[in-house]
Amino acid sequence: MTVSDQLLTDPPVAFQIGAEDNVATLLRNAEPGPVIVRGSTGEKQLAAREPIEASHKIAIAPIAEGANVIKFGVVIGAATRAIDQGEWVHLHNCRSRLDVRSNAFDVHTGVPEDISYE
Amino acid sequence: MNETPWQGYLRGDGRKGVRNVILVVYTVECASFVAHAIGNGEDNVHVIGFPGCYDNQYAIRMILALGRHPNVGAVLTVGLGCEYTQPAKIAAAVRESGRPADSFFIQENGGTASSVALGKQKIAQLRAEMEQRVQLVPMSWSDLVVGSECGGSDGTSGLAGNPVVGAFFDLLVDRGGTAIFEEIVEMIGLRPILDARAASPEASQQLRNAYDKTDRYCREVRQYSVAPGNFAGGLTTIEEKSMGAFAKSGTRPIQGVIRVAERPPHNGLWLLDSVPDAHFMQFGYTNPNDTEGIMDLICAGAQIILFVTGRGSVIGSAVSPLIKVTGNSITYNRMKDDMDFNAGRILTGETTLPVAAEELAELVRAVAGGQLTKPEALGHREYFLMYKHQDTPGLAAGCHA
Repeated sequence: MTVSDQLLTDPPVAFQIGAEDNVATLLRNAEPGPVIVRGSTGEKQLAAREPIEASHKIAIAPIAEGANVIKFGVVIGAATRAIDQGEWVHLHNCRSRLDVRSNAFDVHTGVPEDISYE
Repeated sequence: MNETPWQGYLRGDGRKGVRNVILVVYTVECASFVAHAIGNGEDNVHVIGFPGCYDNQYAIRMILALGRHPNVGAVLTVGLGCEYTQPAKIAAAVRESGRPADSFFIQENGGTASSVALGKQKIAQLRAEMEQRVQLVPMSWSDLVVGSECGGSDGTSGLAGNPVVGAFFDLLVDRGGTAIFEEIVEMIGLRPILDARAASPEASQQLRNAYDKTDRYCREVRQYSVAPGNFAGGLTTIEEKSMGAFAKSGTRPIQGVIRVAERPPHNGLWLLDSVPDAHFMQFGYTNPNDTEGIMDLICAGAQIILFVTGRGSVIGSAVSPLIKVTGNSITYNRMKDDMDFNAGRILTGETTLPVAAEELAELVRAVAGGQLTKPEALGHREYFLMYKHQDTPGLAAGCHA
């Protein structure tokens, strides 16, 4: 098995950085189903509720609307609605506390939707 | 961590380098062809230069910082003859630092061929003088200044690439060395965290000032340092991107903020502010590419640079060796000839962060002792000097003493 093959584990691995984090980063694309969360608190398994792409975040605990989204042990944004464990956490349910333009981007491509090309 | 000293090059000004470079500097784009032709085929000759025919103070401070860099043993400056930036003045300042230096104008000497011949003749003289003067001396971690930069980031950069550099910075600082990180535009959202890391009330004030300027800059240019590719790659907010970038600073107290072409006043961990100050051209442009940030770090005296790239990159740098670190095992395997260190092994569970940081320290030590990095071996010598404005610090304030 080469090193790169090891990223393509089954089930997929999500990496948790800080012990208090409520999101983890997927190391490969995940389909709904089991995901292994690896990191500072050892390993545990949970279920992805939807397809989530590699490098994107999965909620590893329920996050209430308005509550902090925590990665690296720091607040990286706020939940714009209640997020269940196993859900994809991104622009559609998490906003920056600083950047007012934060949610004006396509959730898949990141392309700005607040600029007119007409 | 290996504490055995290695051999370095002692300069006339007491600084110690890990390379013995002869620098050819052109003072306007019109002299760049001749400068590169002079360096062509010469051992340990690196070429840098400033393109503009306008003596931008910021760029001149950078040229002087590079000419008197610990890795540089001698300097030849080459001008066309009608530009603002003065080759003879640069050479004089370098000579005062105890390094052999010379200069000439192409217009006073003839054309391309005769200037290249004269330049090569001068390189031979400078090399002989440099070899006569330079002393090999023991160097240890406390003599080392290491800079860190990231570019072409992906989801692994914040997970493995930057954290391993941060963990190495902790090891370096604990052994009395100096570590410099930058990219303050990627610290937006982290003001309380920066504050908590300040080593002193003075450092805290400097960090706040730099943060506030950068925050104003981001508002005025109406853009935070996060792009569509970052969102598509899974980063949701500037805070998230910032924290991933900030991870390369490690965990030790921040001694203060230095500006471009300033040296850290003492050892420890420092933040380099490369964001322009507002002036007659407003903020102007900032950070056009990775190489510019790398040159800023080298100007601060960094003898070695750690460059973290998740997606991969094929740059190197003039003056100081660049060590390329990736947190992505796939990138590492695809670009093995260009990548020096695979931190992606932390993510695959093959190693842990503390072990990887020790391995990175071993690599840094080997490079300090003369081992060529992948970009060096490939002949990469990129440089980038640009027009910019930062308020020139007064003599007293210059080193934040």
